[in-house]
Amino acid sequence: MTPEQAVVAVETVSAVIDGAEVTVPKGTLIIRAAEQLGIAIPRFCDHPLLAPEGACRQCLVDVSINGRAFPKPQASCTMPVENGMVVNTQLTSPVAAKAQEGIMEFLLINHPLDCPICDKGGECPLQNQAMSAGRPESRFEGEKRTFEKPINISSQVLLDRERCVLCARCTRFSEQIAGDPFITLNERGALQQVGIYENQPFESYYSGNTVQICPVGALTGSSYRFRARPFDLVSVNSACEHCASGCDLRTDIRRGKTLRRLGGDDPAVNQEWNCDKGRWAFKYLTTRERLKTPLVRGADGELHEASWPEAIAAAAAGLKDKRVGVLAGGRLTHEDAYGYSKFARVALGTNDIDFRARPHSDEERDFLATVVTNLKTTYIDIDNADQVLLASFEPEEESPIVFLRIYRQVTKRGLVVTSDAPLASRGSKKLAAHLVKGLAEVSGLTAQSVILVGERAAETPGALSAVFELSQSTGAKLAWIPRRAGERGALAAGAIGNLLPGYRPLSDAAARVDLQSAWGVKTLPEDPGRSTSEILAALNDESLDAVLIGGVDPMDISAQALNQLLNTFVVSLEISNTAVTAIADVVLPVAAVVEKSGSYLDWRGIARSFDKGIDDVDLRSDVRILSILADEMGKPINLPTVTATTREIESLGTWDGVQPAFAKRTANPASSDGFTLVSWRFLLDLGSLQQGEANLAGTAKDARAHISSATAASLGVTEADSVVISSERGSIELPVSIRAIADNLIWVPRNSEGSQVIPALGFTSGSVKVAKR
Amino acid sequence: MSILKPVLSAHWDEPDSFTIAAYKRHGGYKPLAKALKSTPDEVIALVKESGLRGRGGAGFPTGSKWGFIPQGDNKPHYLVVNADESEPGTCKDIPLLMANPHALIEGIIIGSYAIRANHSFIYIRGEVVHVFRRVQKAIDDAYAAGLLGKNILGSGFDLELTLHAGAGAYICGEETALLDSLEGFRGQPRLRPPFPAIAGLYAMPTVVNNVESIASVPSIIANGADWFQAMGTEKSKGYTLYSLSGHVTNPGQFEAPLGITLRQILELAGGIRAGHELKFWTPGGSSTPMFTAEHLDVPLDYEGVAAAGSMLGTKALQIFDETTCVVRAALRWVEFYKHESCGKCTPCREGTWWLVQLMKDLEAGKGTEADLEKLLDLCDNIAGRSFCALADGAVSPIISSLKYFRAEYILHQTNGGCPFDPVASTLFETAGA
Repeated sequence: MTPEQAVVAVETVSAVIDGAEVTVPKGTLIIRAAEQLGIAIPRFCDHPLLAPEGACRQCLVDVSINGRAFPKPQASCTMPVENGMVVNTQLTSPVAAKAQEGIMEFLLINHPLDCPICDKGGECPLQNQAMSAGRPESRFEGEKRTFEKPINISSQVLLDRERCVLCARCTRFSEQIAGDPFITLNERGALQQVGIYENQPFESYYSGNTVQICPVGALTGSSYRFRARPFDLVSVNSACEHCASGCDLRTDIRRGKTLRRLGGDDPAVNQEWNCDKGRWAFKYLTTRERLKTPLVRGADGELHEASWPEAIAAAAAGLKDKRVGVLAGGRLTHEDAYGYSKFARVALGTNDIDFRARPHSDEERDFLATVVTNLKTTYIDIDNADQVLLASFEPEEESPIVFLRIYRQVTKRGLVVTSDAPLASRGSKKLAAHLVKGLAEVSGLTAQSVILVGERAAETPGALSAVFELSQSTGAKLAWIPRRAGERGALAAGAIGNLLPGYRPLSDAAARVDLQSAWGVKTLPEDPGRSTSEILAALNDESLDAVLIGGVDPMDISAQALNQLLNTFVVSLEISNTAVTAIADVVLPVAAVVEKSGSYLDWRGIARSFDKGIDDVDLRSDVRILSILADEMGKPINLPTVTATTREIESLGTWDGVQPAFAKRTANPASSDGFTLVSWRFLLDLGSLQQGEANLAGTAKDARAHISSATAASLGVTEADSVVISSERGSIELPVSIRAIADNLIWVPRNSEGSQVIPALGFTSGSVKVAKR
Repeated sequence: MSILKPVLSAHWDEPDSFTIAAYKRHGGYKPLAKALKSTPDEVIALVKESGLRGRGGAGFPTGSKWGFIPQGDNKPHYLVVNADESEPGTCKDIPLLMANPHALIEGIIIGSYAIRANHSFIYIRGEVVHVFRRVQKAIDDAYAAGLLGKNILGSGFDLELTLHAGAGAYICGEETALLDSLEGFRGQPRLRPPFPAIAGLYAMPTVVNNVESIASVPSIIANGADWFQAMGTEKSKGYTLYSLSGHVTNPGQFEAPLGITLRQILELAGGIRAGHELKFWTPGGSSTPMFTAEHLDVPLDYEGVAAAGSMLGTKALQIFDETTCVVRAALRWVEFYKHESCGKCTPCREGTWWLVQLMKDLEAGKGTEADLEKLLDLCDNIAGRSFCALADGAVSPIISSLKYFRAEYILHQTNGGCPFDPVASTLFETAGA
C-alpha cells in the first residue's frame, strides 16, 4: 500500500450478522462481511476475485433493512452490506437453513456418487458443504442426468459434465480474469453444460486456474487426473521458477514425486492465480535425461560416471589457478547465484561472471548495475497507474501474472496501455494497447504512469537509455522485467561483471572494502569482468582457460556459443543432460527447485523463499556444490548450506552508498535493406524447463511468420502458403499469417517448434531474406 | 350496451385492419402528432396520470418506469418492446401485432419521444414468422410515411426502429434476459441492480415495455388521461385484452375494462363448451396459480386477483372443464418450465428436473401420499429461492392444484393410474360432450 492510499478514508457501513455487529467498507458483500465474523456461509459460484453471479443460490440468508424484511431469502454473494441491515444466516434463521439445505439437495440430485474415484474427493467444496449444509439422506429416487465423460476441452483440461454444478466460476475466470472466453455455458436448463466452440480448444495460458477454482471435480488436469488422493499428498510452499512474475505456489508431492502445483494466495502478486507453465511444467526433473551422478571425461575422451570426491577433485584441478569465466545462467535461485558470485571473486579471483544467458549488451549491464538496482516499482503501482508503457515487453508471453494485473485494470477502469512493439500480439489486443513504433511516439506519461521494460530491450541499442530518459523526464515509475525467474536475484547477488553482491558497485573502493571485510578476504578483483559474449570469445581465443557453467543453454545466447566452448575446460552444473554437459569435462548434477530450498527475487526485487519438497541425498543445491569445490581448491567460500547462504546475504545487506550514474547511449538506427526479423518467445515453447510435459505442449501456440498484407502480396503468398526465412547461417520455413506489421518486418516466435531462430538463423533479430516456399 | 370496450381490437374485423391506411382511417398517427407538440415530460406526466400499468404481467406503472430514465445524462436511451410472448395460454400480443401493428409502432414513437430514445427495438419471438413479417412490413410502411427515421413529422425528433427475432427461449421474455439476447448473448437473466433504467441495453438507460402497454399509449394521448381513468377499478385503470381459451364455446380476445369477472366474460363467450362445467382456470397464464369455479366473480384486475391468491399476469384465461385431469395439466406445465429453465440457477434447473419426474410418477399413479408432502416441500425450496421468477411460475400450478384438488392426486394413487380419459378433454372429442 502506498502512503497516498493509506490516508484515503474508506467509507464504511455497519450491519448485524447473526447478532454480531460488523463494520465493513461500503460495497462489501454480505458473504464477505460474514467471513470477517468467522461465519462461513456455504457457496459455490461465489469467488472473491470474480464478479458476483448469484447462480448457485447456496448462500441464501435472511435479510432485513431498518426493520423491513425481504420476503424471500437473499443471495449473500450478490448483496452489499448496508447500514441498518440485519442478516440471519443458517446459524440463526431456520428459513435460511432450510433454503440452503434445499439448494444442496438440488445440487446433489444430479451429481454422481463417484467421490471415491474423483480427483476432488477429500478437498471438495461440494463434499464438505454437503456435510455441513446438506440433508443426511437424499429424497431423490428418480433418474440422474448423465453425460459422456470426460471431454478434453484442451490437451491439459478434462471436463466431466455430470459432476458440474454450473457455478460458472471457470467461464467467468476465463472471461473476466484471463480475457480468454474460450469456454462458455452452452445449452439450457438441466442440459446446460460447460463447453468449447467447435474445434476451438480451451487454449488459454491460464486454463489451469479453472481446474483449481472448480468447486467440484468437473474440471481436472490431464497430468494429475487419477494420480493421487489429496490426503496422500504432502504440500510445500514453492516459488515459481518459470518467470520473474514472482508467483506463490504450492507443490503437492506424493512419495517423493511432484504430482501437481497450485497457485498460492498472495494478494500482492499473483492473487490466487497462476499460469499454465508454472502449474504444469514440472516434469523436466523426471525426464530420462535427468542427471543424478557426476560425470568426468576420461582419458578416452568419453564421459564416465564418477564419485562425488572424484568429480570434485577433477573440477578443482581444472579450475585452480586458471583464468576462468563463470556463466551463471538466469534460472538460479538468489542463494545459488550468490554462490557463483562469491566463488568467482574468492575461489577464482575474477569478475568474469555473467548471468545473462541471452542476447545482451554493455548498455544493459550498465543499466542493470546503476538503474535497476534502485527500482522500487511494484504491482500496486500498476493498479494505480494512469498509463502503462510496455517497452520490448510482451507481458502475456514473458511474465503472465504481470499481464493479468494489467488486464484487470484495463477491464476495470480502462487503464491506458501503450506498447512499443512491431505488431499487436494477442496479449496487446486484449489490453487494447496503443501500439507505437519507437519510444519517441509515446505521450501522456506522468508520475502516475508505469514503464515496464523487458529484457529484449538489450537487443536494441539505445533502447534502455531512451526508457531511462523517458522515466526521468516524466517521473514515470520504471521496472525492468526479465523473462527468467533468477535474473533479478542474480543481479542482487552480483553475478555480473560490474556489480558485487548487495548491489555494491565494483568501481567503488569503499564497496569492495566493505565486502572484503564481510567475506574475510584480503583482496577482491578490481577489474570489471567480461560479459557473457566476451567470456565466450575469450574462451575461444584462449585468453581464458576454463569455464564454470550453471544451467545455460548456449543456443539462448548465440549460434556460436557452443562452438566457443569446445576447446576449453568446462565444468557444468546441470540438472539434465544438455548440449553443454555433452562437451563438458566435469558434470556435477544439481537439485531442481522442489529438491532444494532457496528463494527467487521477482521483477520487483522482492524475495519469495521456498522449501525443499523432495529429499534426494544425491542432489544438492549449486551453492553447496560450489562451496565443496572451493574447499577442494583451498579457497573456501564458506557456504555449506542454503540456510547459511541466506543468512550471509541478509547480514551483508544492500549497498546504501552512492551508485554510479547511468551512462546513456544514443541509438544508432540500423538501416537495412530487405527484411528485418523480429521475434520474441511464446510462453509455451521449446524451453528446457517445459520438457516432459506433452499435455502442456499441446496448448502451445503454433509458429507462424507474421507479415504485412503488402509483403504477402509482393511475395505472392496467402495464409495458405509458407515462406522460407533465411540468413547466411540457415533457414526456417513457416506458414504465413497476415497481420498489421511494417512492410519491411517479419515476426516469428523465437523458440517454438519449427521456429528456433538462434540455431537456425544465428540471431534473434537481424536482416533476413524471405521468399515464397 | 356491451361491457366490452374495444380499443386496440376495435377494427380487427376489417380485412385491411393491419395496414397503415386502415390505421390512419381510424385516426391513427394523429395522437403522435399531438404528442410531438407537447414536451417529453408532458407525455410522461400524461401516461403517469392515466394510471396505465404494464400489461406484460407485473403491472408496474408505465409512466413511472419512463420517469426512471435519467435525463440530460448525454447517454443514448433505448425503448425495447417485449414481444416475446411465450407463456402457455398467453395469446394477446400476437393477434394484436397481426391485426393492428401500427398501434404498437405509434406507441413506440411516442414512448421513445418521451424517454428521449432515438433507437427502439421490438424483440419478437422467433417462432412467429408470419407476425415478424407483418410487423416488419408495418415498420417499412411507417418509415416510408415519414413516421420513423429522421425528423418525424417535422418535429426534429429522430427514431430508428429495429425488429429483432428471438431464437425461441421463454426466458427471453424476462426483461434482462431479453436484453442479453438482444445484445447477441445467450439469454439469461442479469443480476439486478443495476436495473435496466440505469444500465439496460448496451449498459445504457433502457425501458422495457410489453406490446400491449405501448400500444395503449396512443389511445391515452388521443382521449386523455381522464378517459382512460374512467375505465377499470380504483388501482387498475383502463381497458385491456383478456384472452379466453380452452373449453369454452367461443374462445378469443375480449377487450374490456379491468375488473371484469370471468363469469361476465364467459357469458359473452357462450359459456363452457356445451354439456360441461368449469373445473379450473388460470387468470393470467400457466405461471399464475389456478382458480376454480368458486373464483368466477373475482374481479380480474391486479388487486382483485392478488387478493384471491393469484396474479392477473397476462390475463390469459385458460378454461378447463371437468374432463381435464388437473395432475396431467400441472405435469404438462411443469414440463414446459423444465424445458424452458435457462439453467443459470440451481433451484430452477435441478428443481424442475426433479418435479417433472415426481409429477410423472404421480400422474401414473405410482406415488404415495407422502410424495405429495415431498412435492410441496420441493416447491417450497424452489419458489423464492431462484434467480428470476421463472421457477416461481413452475411451481404455482403444482401448489395451486394441490390446494384445490388434493383428492384428485390421491385418487391417482388409489386408482393405480390416471382416472381420466385424456381423449375426453380434447376439443375434437364430441362423443363425450
